[in-house]
Amino acid sequence: MKEILEKYERKSDNLLAILHELQDSKDEHYLSREDLKAVSKYLNLPLSMVHGVATFYSMYAFKPRGKYIIRVCQSPPCHLMGATTISKELMKILGIKFGETTKDKLFTLEMSSCLGVCGVAPAIMINNKVYGNLTPEKLKSIIEEKRREK
Amino acid sequence: MSLQRMHILIPIDEESIQNGALEVKRRLNKELFKHRVEEEVKVLETGPIGISGKGVVLIIYPDKVYYYNVKPKDVKYIVEEHILKGKVCTKIENSKEIEKKKNVVDYENIGLTRKQPRVVLDKCCIVNTFDLEEVIARGGYAALEKILEENISPEAVIEEIKKSGLRGRGGAGFPTGLKWEFTRKASGDEKFVICNADEGEPGTYKDRLILEGDPHKLIEAMIIAGYAVGAEKGYIYVRGEYELSIKRLNKAIKDAKDVGLLGDNILETGLNFDIEVKKGAGAYVCGEETALIESLEGKRGQPRIKPPYPVTHGLWQKPTVVNNVETLANVPAIILRGADWYRSLGTEKSPGTKVFTVLGDVEYPGLIEVEMGTPLREIINAYGGGVRNGKKFKAALVGGAAGVFLSEKLLDVKMDFENLKEHTAVLGSGAILVMNEDASIVEMLFSILKFFAHESCGQCSPCRIGTRHLLELIYKIKTGEGELEDLDKMLHIAETMRNLSLCPLGQSVIMPVASAINNFKEDFIKKINNKNNMKEVSYA
Repeated sequence: MKEILEKYERKSDNLLAILHELQDSKDEHYLSREDLKAVSKYLNLPLSMVHGVATFYSMYAFKPRGKYIIRVCQSPPCHLMGATTISKELMKILGIKFGETTKDKLFTLEMSSCLGVCGVAPAIMINNKVYGNLTPEKLKSIIEEKRREK
Repeated sequence: MSLQRMHILIPIDEESIQNGALEVKRRLNKELFKHRVEEEVKVLETGPIGISGKGVVLIIYPDKVYYYNVKPKDVKYIVEEHILKGKVCTKIENSKEIEKKKNVVDYENIGLTRKQPRVVLDKCCIVNTFDLEEVIARGGYAALEKILEENISPEAVIEEIKKSGLRGRGGAGFPTGLKWEFTRKASGDEKFVICNADEGEPGTYKDRLILEGDPHKLIEAMIIAGYAVGAEKGYIYVRGEYELSIKRLNKAIKDAKDVGLLGDNILETGLNFDIEVKKGAGAYVCGEETALIESLEGKRGQPRIKPPYPVTHGLWQKPTVVNNVETLANVPAIILRGADWYRSLGTEKSPGTKVFTVLGDVEYPGLIEVEMGTPLREIINAYGGGVRNGKKFKAALVGGAAGVFLSEKLLDVKMDFENLKEHTAVLGSGAILVMNEDASIVEMLFSILKFFAHESCGQCSPCRIGTRHLLELIYKIKTGEGELEDLDKMLHIAETMRNLSLCPLGQSVIMPVASAINNFKEDFIKKINNKNNMKEVSYA
């Protein structure tokens, strides 16, 4: 953690970037209370402020998440092209609801705003990779592939 | 440098990568090498082409042949038949699309790829963005060079932009030249240029294509803006979801710095300008300029109360010009070819071109650049290829979530700032979502209101409470529990939000709500009268 912090100048405008990098560096993709404390100390900002900023943005999480974070685009174009079916199918395949993580800690299911790949709607993002033109069958094979990869 | 007899363009972007573009490219190089033609045939990795839903695309020059839905296994065939023997392959069998049973079309004459007056996207999908020399050969940085070589004063640059009539492409349409002038005239020792690349409007990805396809154009435009307003530091605020854009921007910035086009003493003229990329973290409201500035400063992205405007009190309370990606991408062409040329495009009050994303139930979903004032009907039918599968047109949602639902009878509206305003519609971000006869407007409005309820930043109560109530009401209607008076309630709440909300997020919710209810009232009434409708299970 120290290494990541010291890459940045002690300026408050680096807060978002630091939080991003800290979160990305962890297998469980989340920011713990200790992380926030460390950042607040490093940037000399009140913990309440760091907490306030972090919780404002939807890309930061504060509970341990799975290895693969599945973000389902909920925007109108995806909705029109069948995002609801995709959402239901995902809940069925994974056996979890939105905001939850599977017991094997492999998948976390989240909703997302427009991913900006509306041309291939309905779309999801798994970690940093986009998957589009989804059908229930395609979804199944993607999840199976991820399960095999582990 | 060797001469090539043939160029194969392969657009690499978020969408094509997930369709296997990298594997196609790898095989292409392997096959070319195997046949020892790697010297005479060049594979170019370009930015996005703008066509969606057509898988991996290859464009072969000088033949102007365009293959789509190319799978890795087709590569061998294409190389052997087309590259070696010069025969256009008509038999790539893969997708089940009926379209003429072949995946090859004359590149310049079909749907989205038909000739477009490309100003903003002129280099997208033509050059390798990773090769600065190629970018420069196609006119990159020529406008900057012109300014520095001909000693055009900052005032003259601003005058030219003002004369061109360029207006902000982020949605509001404020004259760009005026913004620059205000910033230049504002007192302050330090000024900033911010590029707003927090493209969060649902159904919009024009900025992503510019960022991925021609990042150098943006860098050039920002240097020009910096020169004009007297700033030495620029920020590009990119939304966190756009990983590839951030990567490409950083690479382009580094390349430009390496050759002295960016940084201290640009081209040895004494001009200094540096650019830093900042990554957002998922908040739609940060697309509002003052919220974006707050976020840049490392705070919660909540809009400030205006005035004072960013032109005098922006980043760190210093004069700041905030421009959208597409707006900036117009600047180099205006400088290079002059305001008069620019005015020859588009309409009198909205000159130039506009990039639109045509999506939903159309034959060729994707992105186009056309002159301002092009009728909506033409965009949907000529470029988008009309409604898919022979279905009937029902509605178009124009402008994203903060946009309006237009019915068939409004399809002839001309797409520019003035004409849309007459129909209480907005150009917004240029998103056009087409819905066919099967689409439910109630469902769509539900999706939009869910979005607003999630994205309201919570700072002002009309928006925080209003979005929540609207969501509850539309949910009630959607699940068959609605009453007729709920429609009036919705309009009343949205109207209150327009009058009392702090920023455009809350103020614009009235647009989708009022246009949906007014233009498609029968959809709502049907849902309300049909109370036996089975209750849908919420997955949210």
